[in-house]
Amino acid sequence: MINLKINGIDVEAKEGSTVLDAAKEYGFDIPTLCYYPDLRINSDCRVCSVEVAGSNHLMTACSTPVKEGMEVKTNTSKVYNARKTITELILANHDTNCTTCARNLNCELQDLANTLGIEENRFEKVLEMDAVDDHNPSIYRNPNRCIKCGRCIEVCKDVEGTYVLENQGRSNEVKVAPKYGKYLSEEDCTFCGQCASVCPVAAITEKDDTQRVFDAINNPNKHVIVQVAPAIRVAIGEEFGHKSGGQWTGQLITALKRLGFDRVFDTDFTADLTIIEEGHELLERVKTGGTLPMMTSCCPGWINYAEQQHPDMLEHLSTCKSPQQMFGALAKTYYAQSSGIDPSDMYVVSIMPCTAKKYEAGREEMQSNEGMQDVDAVLTTRELAKMIRSQGINFNNLKDGEFDTPFGITTGAAAIFGATGGVMEAALRTVSEVVNEKPLEKIEFEDVRGFDGIKEATVELGGNPVKVAVAHTLKHAETLISEVKAGKSDYAFIEVMTCPGGCIGGGGQPYGTTNKKRIERIESTYRVDDSMPVRKSHENPTIQKLYDDFLEKPLGKKSHNLLHTHYHPRHKKV
Amino acid sequence: MQLKEVLDKYPQSEDYLIEILMDYQKHKMHHDLTEEELKTIAKHLDIKESRVSSVVTFYSLFSLEPKGRHVIQVCHDVPCHVNNQTAVLNTLKTMLNIDVGQTTDDEMFTLEYTSCLGACDKAPVMRIGEKTFMNLTSNKVKAIIAEYRGRKHA
Repeated sequence: MINLKINGIDVEAKEGSTVLDAAKEYGFDIPTLCYYPDLRINSDCRVCSVEVAGSNHLMTACSTPVKEGMEVKTNTSKVYNARKTITELILANHDTNCTTCARNLNCELQDLANTLGIEENRFEKVLEMDAVDDHNPSIYRNPNRCIKCGRCIEVCKDVEGTYVLENQGRSNEVKVAPKYGKYLSEEDCTFCGQCASVCPVAAITEKDDTQRVFDAINNPNKHVIVQVAPAIRVAIGEEFGHKSGGQWTGQLITALKRLGFDRVFDTDFTADLTIIEEGHELLERVKTGGTLPMMTSCCPGWINYAEQQHPDMLEHLSTCKSPQQMFGALAKTYYAQSSGIDPSDMYVVSIMPCTAKKYEAGREEMQSNEGMQDVDAVLTTRELAKMIRSQGINFNNLKDGEFDTPFGITTGAAAIFGATGGVMEAALRTVSEVVNEKPLEKIEFEDVRGFDGIKEATVELGGNPVKVAVAHTLKHAETLISEVKAGKSDYAFIEVMTCPGGCIGGGGQPYGTTNKKRIERIESTYRVDDSMPVRKSHENPTIQKLYDDFLEKPLGKKSHNLLHTHYHPRHKKV
Repeated sequence: MQLKEVLDKYPQSEDYLIEILMDYQKHKMHHDLTEEELKTIAKHLDIKESRVSSVVTFYSLFSLEPKGRHVIQVCHDVPCHVNNQTAVLNTLKTMLNIDVGQTTDDEMFTLEYTSCLGACDKAPVMRIGEKTFMNLTSNKVKAIIAEYRGRKHA
C-alpha cells in the first residue's frame, strides 16, 4: 500500500492506482470529463486537475499515479479556478441550448458547470454551427454539442477495433468525425452505438424514434405490438434510480401496457426459436460437411462488421435471422393470420439495448410481406425510459404485469441471450440433448460464461468432442476470424457479440454503463435463468406448438422463407 | 513521381507517414493529396485511413484541395505586419485578382497566409514554393509575379 495525504488527510492507496481512485475512496470527489472507467486514459480535458506538492503545475488526477509521501490538494482556489476556466472555455464552443437537448438533466457537462457554480461565461461564444449527421437509421451525430473529450474515439478504436471516429483538423477547429468529415453511413460503421453510450453530452446519440411510436400508438387503426429483448429487463430499472444487478420484468411489462401497446410480447420467445433453428443448422452443417465454424448471426453490429470487413467469411454466418427479426416475421404472418389482423394494420415495435437493431430492422431482406418491414420501429432502453417518463408513468410504483400470449412463454435459455456466451450456452443445452438423446446432467456451461474477451469450451456431442468459442467486442472477434482465415481454428461454432459483455452492455443501454455494471447485469441475467421453470429452448411448449401449427419443422420450407436470410458484401466507397 | 516510387523510398512503418506525405505532395503539380492516394498510403503502412485523415487534416502544410502550381505564402505575424505587409498583400490580391485562401482561374497561383518564416529582420517576407522573398515592396512583388508568369515551367 502507498501512503499519501489528500487535503491533509492520511490516505492509503493501492500501488498503481491513481490520485482520482484514491481520492474517491476517501470521499473526495474530483470532477472528470474525458475520463471514463474501462477506457484508455488520455487526460485531454484537464478538468480533474489537482495540486501536488513539489510540482509547479497542476496535475491531472485521472492519470497521476499515487506515490509514497505525496501531498495532494483537490479543492484549493487555484484548482477551482483552473477547472472553472476550462469548463467555461468548453462551454464557449458548445451549443448550450440545454433545455432543447436530448441530454438535458442527464449531461456530464451540464453537471460539471452546475457543480462549479458557473452562472455566466466570461468567454465569448466562438461556436460555429456545423451540419448534423442524421444520414443513417441508428446514430445521430451533432458536432455542435461535441466537447472533443475523445471517449468515442477510444471506444471505437480500443474497445471495438473499428477505427471509424478520429480527431480531424486541429486546434479550435478540431472535429471528432469519420475520416475527412464524412457521414457515418459512408464509413464502415457497424452502428453498435458504443460511442453514444460513452458520450458525456448529446454529441452522439441514438436516432430518436419515440415520436414515430407515439404516432402509431395514437392511431386507432393500428394494432401496435411490442417485443422486449432479454437485456432490457436487467437494465431498465437503472433509468429509474435503481442500482445495476436487479431485474424489472414485471414492471417493464406494466409500463409498456400503460404506454398503450395493444400486446406486449417477449423477444425471448424468438430467442428460443433461434436456438432451435440455429442448433439444427449447426447439426446440419456438421452432418453434411457445410462451412464451419458456423458463426452466430443474432448481433446486427457483428453482421455489419462481417459484411464490411470480411465479405469472404459470410458463408460462416448462420443464416438464421436475429430474434428481433424472427419475431417481426412471425408477427406479420403467423400472429396476423391467427388473430385475423391485416399485417398492414399492424405496427411492430422492438425495445432493444442496441442501436444497430434500428439499422437491421430497415434492411430490405427483412420483409415477409412485400414492401413492408417486419419491424416498424426500434427503441433503445434509453428511449423507452424517456417515453415512460413523458407519460407520467411512475415506474417504481408499478405492479408486475405478464407477457401476452402467444409470444410470452419463454425459457431460461432465451433469457441468457443478453450475456456474452449466452447464445452459445442456450444452443449447447439444446444441441447436446438433441444429439445425445438424453437430458443433460448439468445445464450450466460455465466455460462460456464470464467477462473474458475470448472464451472456449469443448463439449461432447454424440461421443465426439466439439470445440466452440465465444467473443465479445469486434476486436476480440477479429482475433478469432484471423485464426479461422489462417486455418488455425478448429472450432465448430463461434458466438460473436459486438458490445462488451454482450447485449446487456449494448450501445442503447442506460448511460453510465461500465464493465462493473455489465458484470452485475450478467449476474442478474443468470438469476433470471435460474428462476425460470423451463430452461431449455426445445422444451418451450409454445415453440413446439408453433412448429405443429405453422412452421412444421426446423429448417423447413416456412422456416427458410421467414426465419432465415443471406448476407451481402458491403464495400464502402473511398 | 509516382506514389509507388515515393513509398519505396521509405521503410514500411507508420513512423514515416509524415515524410511520405510531404515528399509525395511536393511532387504533385497541384500540391494536394487525394483520398484514393491516402488510402493507398494507409494500406501500404498498415494503418487506418481515419488515422491518416487525422494527420493530414491536422497539419496545414497538407492539402486535400488542389492548389495553384505556385503557392504564395505571405507571413501573417507581427514583425511583417508592422513593416507594411498589408501593401504587399494588397498588391498580390490585385494582381492575382484573388483573396487569401483562393486560387487563380488559370490554376497558376494560390494565395495563403503562413506563420513566421524566421526572417523578421528582412520583413516583410513571403514564400513561393520553397523560395523565400524578403524586404518586399509592392514593386518587388509585381516583378516577382511577372517573372513567374513569364516562366514556362516552375
